[in-house]
Amino acid sequence: MNALTRFFRRLEGPQTLGRGPLFWLGFVVAVACAMAYPLVSDGYTVGNTVYFFTWIFMALGLCLIWGYGGSLSFGQTAFFGIAGYSYGILTINFGSAYGFTFVALVFAVLLAALFAALIGYFLFFGRISGVFLGIVTLSVTLVLERFMAQTAGPEWKIGSARLNGFNGMSNMPPLTLPWPGGDIVLFPDVELYYVVLAMLVVIYLALRILVNSRFGNVLVAIRENPERAEMLGYDIRKYQLGTFVIGAALAGLSGVLYTSWGQYITPSSMGMTAAALPIVWVAVGGRSDLTTTLIGTVTVLAVFQALTIHGSQYALVVMGAMLVLTVLLAPSGLIFALARLIARPFAKRQPGDL
Amino acid sequence: MPLLETRALNKRFGGLHVTNNVDLALETGQVHCLIGPNGAGKSTLFRLILGEHPPSSGAILFAGEDITALKPFQRIRRGMSVKFQVPGIFKALSVRQNLEIAMQHHYDPASLSREIGALLDFLNLTADAGRLAGNLSHGQKQWLEIGMAVSLKPRLLLLDEPTAGMSPEETHATGEMVKRLNAEGMTVLAVEHDMAFVRQVADQVTVLHLGKVFAQGTIDAIVADERVAAIYLGQATAQEAAHDTSHAQTGGVHA
Repeated sequence: MNALTRFFRRLEGPQTLGRGPLFWLGFVVAVACAMAYPLVSDGYTVGNTVYFFTWIFMALGLCLIWGYGGSLSFGQTAFFGIAGYSYGILTINFGSAYGFTFVALVFAVLLAALFAALIGYFLFFGRISGVFLGIVTLSVTLVLERFMAQTAGPEWKIGSARLNGFNGMSNMPPLTLPWPGGDIVLFPDVELYYVVLAMLVVIYLALRILVNSRFGNVLVAIRENPERAEMLGYDIRKYQLGTFVIGAALAGLSGVLYTSWGQYITPSSMGMTAAALPIVWVAVGGRSDLTTTLIGTVTVLAVFQALTIHGSQYALVVMGAMLVLTVLLAPSGLIFALARLIARPFAKRQPGDL
Repeated sequence: MPLLETRALNKRFGGLHVTNNVDLALETGQVHCLIGPNGAGKSTLFRLILGEHPPSSGAILFAGEDITALKPFQRIRRGMSVKFQVPGIFKALSVRQNLEIAMQHHYDPASLSREIGALLDFLNLTADAGRLAGNLSHGQKQWLEIGMAVSLKPRLLLLDEPTAGMSPEETHATGEMVKRLNAEGMTVLAVEHDMAFVRQVADQVTVLHLGKVFAQGTIDAIVADERVAAIYLGQATAQEAAHDTSHAQTGGVHA
């Protein structure tokens, strides 16, 4: 077995639900359906679907940090906001020619990751864990929200980009693909849909490989018993920091895509409500698995939007109720519990297993 | 040169002097047991050696190197390994995965699964490899953790009450396992209450009392030492209880 096949074998493993030909057939069918979807829908609806997709990266990042690593970060939106604003500032100043928007995307994500590395260093090397990690990360995102909210004055600008306080920053160019015969501007439509879908598939598969790798093994070991993991010779702080940075980069990617999608970002995207929502998506779906997180996030977002569109002012209350119900009825997540139920007839049961 | 040495090691928690000037020397190849009544400071000494607590003063040397300032994972990488009193396993993961996490950095991927198989055999856990570690019996959990500790191929194996909660048969089997590992060249330091186990495995015994080294020697010398019997007797809450149950209280020491 050479290194490459070993690498791809990690697509399946103890840390991910779903294995064997049946699962991958389902995966291919799901991707095919997703690719065919724009053919049977209109541009507006497809663009709206992209909006759902943009959030999934942040949810997958939280799934990695919280579900796999066992550290509850309440501050994913801080990195979302930093990357979103960075994208805006860069593209407003430098424009969208020569594919610069994608350079801006990379820089914005790197900036979010760098910020996460700085915060994470003090958190994890300072041995802060449990509820305190949640408190500190929440505080960071709330401080950033407050800070950005007071930047309304004309003195708050970077180059030609006004930060605009609570009204937010707008009119940055959307992601633009350089193309022979004219750039393709990725407005919320079919083209953007395919670009984001491709990113989603690649990142989902890459994360599957990551969590089933040796790194992923250590990660779940830290979640289960940090002292034992350290006493096997692992410097757990480095693993925790690495996970935190990867998760933050994914939140940053969400931030860039969201900003580009709506050509708009406001401080409230880092506020209390925004910060709580990723936790609801990930918890309701099933935080300990990438696939259930992905399905759960899409489901919860769709329900949330359906409620909002049909005039219910109680969409957020329903979100809260969903979280409470999940915690009470299926602590490992609703989609996760469902997946277990479906898998039961196929699984060889070991005596004593759950 | 001793494999492990503590020099004038002290640990105070506020006004409590838990480890008091402990000098301990562990020769390579020994099985060394640490005994003493409850509150003697055995666990604290263990945690000092592992680096979980920094000492108030004194030094710890491993294979001649001063490791006093090293973090726990650095000490592990230098050739220590530990089995905790309460089984420190990854409960929600399978038995095989528990071992894989312990061993993955010590073997190349091609031979890893073979090595795990061999260790599962050694631990009598082959049939349970796919089970969640949290669903094993207590004794099996203890063995699994011993297996994880041993799989690092340490020069020094630290065992904190390895037979706690085990039946006499399991205790005996664990003793045999320790002797086998020792025969393969592993030096062992064990905190243990079960005197039958100590008698079975120990080359050297150190008795801790009130944070100090109280007595040191072979098991026979320790058992013959009346002062040792006296400190165990001193543990009894009432004189009568001590008298009536003297056999149970000191049974260990006289066993």
